[in-house]
Amino acid sequence: MNIILVGLNHRTAPVEVRERFALSEEEISKTLFQLTQNPLIQEALILSTCNRVEVYAVVGDTEKGYHLLCDLFLNRAEPSLKETLASALYSYASSDGVKHLFRVASSLDSMVIGEPQILGQVKDAFDFAMLHKSTGLILNKTFKKAISVAKRIRTETKIAENAVSISFVAVQLAKKIFGKLHQKSVMLVGAGEMAELAARHFLGNGVSSILVTNRSYERALELASEYNGIPVRFEDFVAEMSRSDIVLCSTGAPHYLIGPEEVAKVIAARQNRPIFFIDISVPRNIDPAINKMDNVFLYDIDDLKLSVEANIRLREVEAIKAEEIITQETEQLVRWYKSLDAIPMIVSLKEKAETIREAEITRTLDKLASLTPAEREAVEALTHSIVNKLLHGPLTMLKEEAHSTNGNMMMESVRKLFLLDEVKTPPPKNLPTAGEEKK
Amino acid sequence: MPPILFFRLTLLFYFLGCLLFLLNLWDQRVTTLSKEPTPAKGIASLPVSQRLAFIATGMGFLCHTVALLMRLQAEAPFSSLNEAISFFSWALVLVFFLVELRYQVYVMGSFILPMAFLSLISVAILPQEVSPIVPGIKGALLGVHTILALLGIVAFAMAAVVGIMYLLQEGFLKSKQLNALYTKLPSLDLLDQWNKTALFLGFPLFTLGMISGALWSQYALGSFWSSNNPKQVLAIGAWFFYFIVLQGRITVGWRARRAARLAIIGFVGVIFIFVTLM
Repeated sequence: MNIILVGLNHRTAPVEVRERFALSEEEISKTLFQLTQNPLIQEALILSTCNRVEVYAVVGDTEKGYHLLCDLFLNRAEPSLKETLASALYSYASSDGVKHLFRVASSLDSMVIGEPQILGQVKDAFDFAMLHKSTGLILNKTFKKAISVAKRIRTETKIAENAVSISFVAVQLAKKIFGKLHQKSVMLVGAGEMAELAARHFLGNGVSSILVTNRSYERALELASEYNGIPVRFEDFVAEMSRSDIVLCSTGAPHYLIGPEEVAKVIAARQNRPIFFIDISVPRNIDPAINKMDNVFLYDIDDLKLSVEANIRLREVEAIKAEEIITQETEQLVRWYKSLDAIPMIVSLKEKAETIREAEITRTLDKLASLTPAEREAVEALTHSIVNKLLHGPLTMLKEEAHSTNGNMMMESVRKLFLLDEVKTPPPKNLPTAGEEKK
Repeated sequence: MPPILFFRLTLLFYFLGCLLFLLNLWDQRVTTLSKEPTPAKGIASLPVSQRLAFIATGMGFLCHTVALLMRLQAEAPFSSLNEAISFFSWALVLVFFLVELRYQVYVMGSFILPMAFLSLISVAILPQEVSPIVPGIKGALLGVHTILALLGIVAFAMAAVVGIMYLLQEGFLKSKQLNALYTKLPSLDLLDQWNKTALFLGFPLFTLGMISGALWSQYALGSFWSSNNPKQVLAIGAWFFYFIVLQGRITVGWRARRAARLAIIGFVGVIFIFVTLM
């Protein structure tokens, strides 16, 4: 048996292609049913998000499995699209497949490294497949492992640290200026969408009060009630500014609303307590000159974007550590796969020994008809114990060493030594081979 | 073993610690997160180079403690200039460890250790005077005077170090260079609070040091104040400077950037006083 996957993602396929394959729940359950009905396929799972569609399966024959899964995609496409689609599809098997899944779950394969949604989506896909009973021993273990690997990476690397969105960056900067935000107050000037989002993040990070101002006082009232804040008349906002530690500005005004003169008054009133201006408006509403004033910090939209990009680069550095963890964990899981290969051999070895023992004991007991029942029992026990003791060594070795580097060789030796091929052999297995990538 | 051996070991360890801490400044791996410092996982979670920096500093501190204890036989300890600086450096490292225990701002060592190391170097260069043995109440007063004044100066040194960190961090925030050092440095607010704490502790200590010094002067020389003693004039000058800084902070809000700069200026002044006394 072998684990394989075929899929496409945001890197290999443009959105026009991806949207055709984003499957609804209904379609997923239908496809899962269809797949599990196929004798080629032992287990199946479908992961469908807006950035990727991937079909995972456990198959006996890797080649045939690939074809089957590729056809699943190709059959959904119009003839004109088939060629683009074929080049967008990727496929992995065994350890490469596992590695790919681990990378996906831990967001290394995502558009934004470290984004948290994908892990939830992987969990959902797994739960969905379990609900439809399309997974078994192997996919269950593999996906559980993928989820725990993703969690491990989240705690052991800084892949999800450092904000990669404008509003998170703004909150982080504020924390570097003010420390804890609990006693701080935010003023929201204007009501751009991004400024509101940022205001919400500040509230989420413990900011204690929020002042809202807008050209229309009605709108200010409305927003204030929405955020549980205090409305401020637009004419008064400069005067009120000294009460707030963070000023979020995002209006449609075509000129500067806040300049050095206003800020100088604010700073004096605040007795040199630092104040943080965030100007998300385009054109800018705050004169960049104020950044030169003591205890004033000004960030405009471009500054925030720049640090977003810097943080993305930091995450990429952390991703290297994550890859190391993934390599380790993949090796472990592949070892477990291989130990599964030894199970049929252990069974057949035990069966063979039992057959021989039974045949011999029947023959002998037939000849020794004079034995009392107690003596018969003693002889039976003797044969059991001889067989068990003889097999103890080989069985332990098989259980423990099947996944080691020379496990295959050892299994071959056991097969030959005990003439296992003469007894009924289990159906030939495809050992998970070194994975191959097909395009 | 003679104290000088322990002293040399101290120098060696501090040199190592200093080097390692400075190297850590350029380390791109970030250890203190961009969050407010929390009682984190402790030293064990640090990269090896940082752990070594702490170990070297700790070893140096132990050697230094032993060396100082061996000198304590003098009844008015640390009253000679080289011993006073030596005690200053020891207390600075002690305070550093205490702050680290509470806050885990690992980057602080990169600022404290060079200061501790440089002051020890000056001790090594200065003539090895041993404090005079002053008997009785005079000796005790002289001891109290030096230790209190030195502890006050240690606090001023901390205020200056925190001030340097503040100006650096402020510079990063203003110029929008959000690099690894920015991430390691604590928030401006915390640095400003430390500045305040250091001043609020340092000033009374220094004041008590001055008072006990005047008392000693009265006992030993027969007068509280001798205007032809440059040491006393300069010390009074430093005291006034810090008094004004403290007043400014309380009444008209000399905090943040101004407080950081004043703390640095003040401590540079204190160093200047030390140098002129050499």
